[in-house]
Amino acid sequence: MMNRVLCALGAVCLTALVPALATAQSGPLRIEITEGVIEPLPVAVPDLVAETAGSAEMGAQLARVIAADLTGTGLFRELPSSAFISQVTDFGAPVQYADWKAINAQALVTGAVSVSGNQINVKFRLYDVFSGAELGDGLQFAGTTDGWRRIAHKVADVVYSRITGESGYFDSRVVFVSETGPKDNRRKRLAVMDYDGANVQYLTGSEDIVLAPRFSKTGDRVLYTSYETGFPRIYVLDVGSVQRRVLENNQGTMSFAPRFAPDGQTVVYSISQGSNTDIHSMNINSGVTQRLTNTPAIETAPSFSPDGARIVFESDRSGSQQLYVMSASGGEATRISFGEGRYGTPVWSPRGDLIAFTKQSKGRFHIGVMRVDGSEERLLTASFLDEGPTWSPNGRVIMFARETQGADGRSTLYSVDITGRNLRPVRTPEGGSDPSWGPLQR
Amino acid sequence: MKLKSSLLMLCAALSVAACTNPDRFGGGAGGNDAFGNGANGAIAGSASDPSSPAYFQQAVGDRVLFEVDQSTLTAEGRATLDGQAVWLLQNADFTAVIEGHADEQGTREYNLALGARRADAARAYLVTQGVQPGRLQVVSYGKERPIEICSQEACYAKNRRAVTVLAGGLSS
Repeated sequence: MMNRVLCALGAVCLTALVPALATAQSGPLRIEITEGVIEPLPVAVPDLVAETAGSAEMGAQLARVIAADLTGTGLFRELPSSAFISQVTDFGAPVQYADWKAINAQALVTGAVSVSGNQINVKFRLYDVFSGAELGDGLQFAGTTDGWRRIAHKVADVVYSRITGESGYFDSRVVFVSETGPKDNRRKRLAVMDYDGANVQYLTGSEDIVLAPRFSKTGDRVLYTSYETGFPRIYVLDVGSVQRRVLENNQGTMSFAPRFAPDGQTVVYSISQGSNTDIHSMNINSGVTQRLTNTPAIETAPSFSPDGARIVFESDRSGSQQLYVMSASGGEATRISFGEGRYGTPVWSPRGDLIAFTKQSKGRFHIGVMRVDGSEERLLTASFLDEGPTWSPNGRVIMFARETQGADGRSTLYSVDITGRNLRPVRTPEGGSDPSWGPLQR
Repeated sequence: MKLKSSLLMLCAALSVAACTNPDRFGGGAGGNDAFGNGANGAIAGSASDPSSPAYFQQAVGDRVLFEVDQSTLTAEGRATLDGQAVWLLQNADFTAVIEGHADEQGTREYNLALGARRADAARAYLVTQGVQPGRLQVVSYGKERPIEICSQEACYAKNRRAVTVLAGGLSS
């Protein structure tokens, strides 16, 4: 009998509900994520059934977060509870498919929640209404009540994954720069949040300028640039303990634009010395460094391919800022951007197939994607100043920062699909910039 | 304990970077900065005193401006730096940090590198005019510290700058 128990981080455990209904089947309920305009799939997410006294409010909150995750993708449309004919009051009772069909729900998510002390247990099932069958097994998540949003995200990730065939991205964190104040007196501090802007936690104070935090592949550490010493220097910060250390502190140089390699030990970054800026790498355990570019031009913003074999970066060696790809050990680089304008901040997608970038053209800024060889460039956004893309763990969504113009300008995080659809702000308590999207949590 | 020690470190950093340098971001283009306030007291500090930082900032001119995406010194910029070099040679107690800045029309990392180029262009010119290299440090703020915040060329032109910020003075 299938009764998997997945436990990691100690926070959330997952078990398959038994007995599972019918046999596993893919079913006709399916969203193919393609370039074409799609009609969002109608989904019903009734409040989770309270199985312990006083957990009704939690059941409602869980349903709201699950529904917000799904509709936030632009792929789903939620049916309002006022339209429901059936009310789900017993998680174990048979689903009245006709009642859900009548309101044109194609997917139905039911669930139940029980709370005991600070422990929470959530069960859910996903139904394909028109097939009249359950889609996949029911699942059960156990955790602590203060982690209830994570449980909701995990449920939504399973639903998204079963219907789209792609892995989800809701149970993930984003590290970013939280900003307050006007452009000439901006205060910046590092913060980490859930992908949807909830649960913001600050990692540094705002005494010193901090820039461009970057998650490690596992999300346990963050690289960032700080002016703590008066000069830009790279720090590595442990997210759990908030302990940090400077990577190097060489007089007469500035270092910035760090990123982890997939191995979690190698860091690539820029060093400015004199008028020149080149890309270097460092093994952060041994401290051994290697110079990867050696031209009089500006070389910066390096980002590894997911297999760690190549690096995409920006350089103005041709006379203007363009994108190049080189081996992870340096050497010859191939230019990949050839459109009109300037290209910067390239980031390799987690699938390895695309490069996201910032483009400046005719006084406007764009976030765009191109294939790794530079072909099939597509611009996803346009504004006064869009900058600094980062990929969702499944490579389907890009988050970036948009700064508005003028004396009252402020910076806000946004996300957009790689299809260019579904542009939406990410609600954060303060302004935000320089997002770096971490992995799907376990 | 840890918090205390990091606070101590922070205070130490501030006292080095900022005490003799209340305008550490090169923000005061105008003439009314109370520069003497944070200085170490041994200098009269008035702009009428030719050996004062205030005089350097206001009469000599502490900054040079750059064209869009350029780090080449203009004729006007070289003239300003000529004056700075003369002053620095006459006031050998001072060291300086040259801050390079960019306007907001550029990506963050590129602008940091561009600011470094601008600061280094000013530093290199001062060295050719005889200023000891060891007295000059450079730092780039990229687009992090604009002094003018309209999103128009009139403001951008003032933000694309290299500012020579004095430190030290009668330190020994």
